[in-house]
Amino acid sequence: MKITLQVWRQANANDEGRFETYHQGGVNEEMSFLEMLDVLNESLINEGKEPVAFESDCREGICGACGMVISGSPHGPKKAITTCQLHMRSFSDGEEIWLEPWRAKAFPVVKDLVVDRSSLDRIVESGGFISVRTGSAPDANAIAVPKSNADRAFDAAACIGCGACVAACPNASAMLFTSAKVAHLGLLPQGQPERFSRAVSMVATMDQQGFGYCTNHGACQTACPKEISIDLIAMLNRDLAIGALSGA
Amino acid sequence: MSRVFVFYRSSIGKKILMALTGLVLFGFVFTHMLGNLKAFLGAEEFNAYAEGLRSFGAPLIPHGYFLWAFRIGLIGALIVHVVTMVQLWAMAGGARPKGYKQAVHLEDGVSSRTMRLGGIVIVSFVAYHLMHMTIGNVHPNFIVGDAYNNLVVGFQSVPVAVVYSIAVIALGFHLHHGIWSMFQSLGMNHLKYNHLRRVFALAFTIAVVVGFLTIPVAIATGIIQ
Repeated sequence: MKITLQVWRQANANDEGRFETYHQGGVNEEMSFLEMLDVLNESLINEGKEPVAFESDCREGICGACGMVISGSPHGPKKAITTCQLHMRSFSDGEEIWLEPWRAKAFPVVKDLVVDRSSLDRIVESGGFISVRTGSAPDANAIAVPKSNADRAFDAAACIGCGACVAACPNASAMLFTSAKVAHLGLLPQGQPERFSRAVSMVATMDQQGFGYCTNHGACQTACPKEISIDLIAMLNRDLAIGALSGA
Repeated sequence: MSRVFVFYRSSIGKKILMALTGLVLFGFVFTHMLGNLKAFLGAEEFNAYAEGLRSFGAPLIPHGYFLWAFRIGLIGALIVHVVTMVQLWAMAGGARPKGYKQAVHLEDGVSSRTMRLGGIVIVSFVAYHLMHMTIGNVHPNFIVGDAYNNLVVGFQSVPVAVVYSIAVIALGFHLHHGIWSMFQSLGMNHLKYNHLRRVFALAFTIAVVVGFLTIPVAIATGIIQ
């Protein structure tokens, strides 16, 4: 199949940036989206041109490195997958595909489709420690965890920190990411001692990074490759209110 | 640092304040709509209701004091609602300096995308509505103490009824997202009842919009005269 790519090219954070058009023939519909970009880059290198910079690592949907906005949808048009799990059979022959980086003040463009997502790391870092007994290994099941809480904590912990929620949000808010990180500890007994102070400090860091605020659109949960629910945002709102007003 | 400051400084704290003040304002528009329906019971009943709002609590509360306390509460809620919104809007305004070429529209509807525009429409209309129906300086035949006359004469003008209807529909969009959003911002969620939040929002939105729109329709068709 043949496709037309409109790719965002930007040399560095200070560069203005622009779209460049590439007509890509010989695309196999069994190729993953990133393999298609690899083929594009090979031909660019052969022509002596600068290849398109994009991030990827595991290429199996678990590392969160490969995000980009594909024709207006973070990680492309399919639900619950990352860009590397998207295949060219999801597009039609002759289709024009627009590729843009995550766009947010808190995610400065490093080059082309690569953005710096360190702001998410700073939110996690400000979560601090959890108080656990160290020393000899604890007995299995010494701490009882209700099944439903274990499931919900696991769902929250499925967040791979790709940033699609920020990219999709009309306010470029990182609330879904932060709520997932706060919830996966906040739902477990091991996370209880610092539960509320953790919510307060992570939200304070989130607010300082230049993200927008949450207007409850729900675009984030639609874009999330791990289908994390905005129910966690409601839980974060509750934990923040309790934490801030109780002086945690 | 005081706890209230920590709370207010946070974007979530401001959202919670928007939700709480939104709840107050929603409570007002809902009771206002119910009160308006008294117009169907005739001039005497409607004017007695209008006067009743002023003399509420008498003789314990002096005449008019309850109404003013109510108004001050509403104005306070509106100020907090608008100030937190402006602060949050400024925060979101800078969060995406460069937009997408291909618009990302994964949101679930028109109502969530038009909250800020709707808010401006509603506040502008409320200012006009107060001059029209309460102060009476833009009313063609305002009679102090005859709320029924002011209502019927006021809505006999077609442009006035159209502007009113547009504002009521804008309010409907605002409430449809706002009521649901209130549950979310206040952290009111439970896996078992979550789906009911949308149903609740839609039901109350329809009740408010239909309730308000019956008045100009009834006046235009002569049911109320």
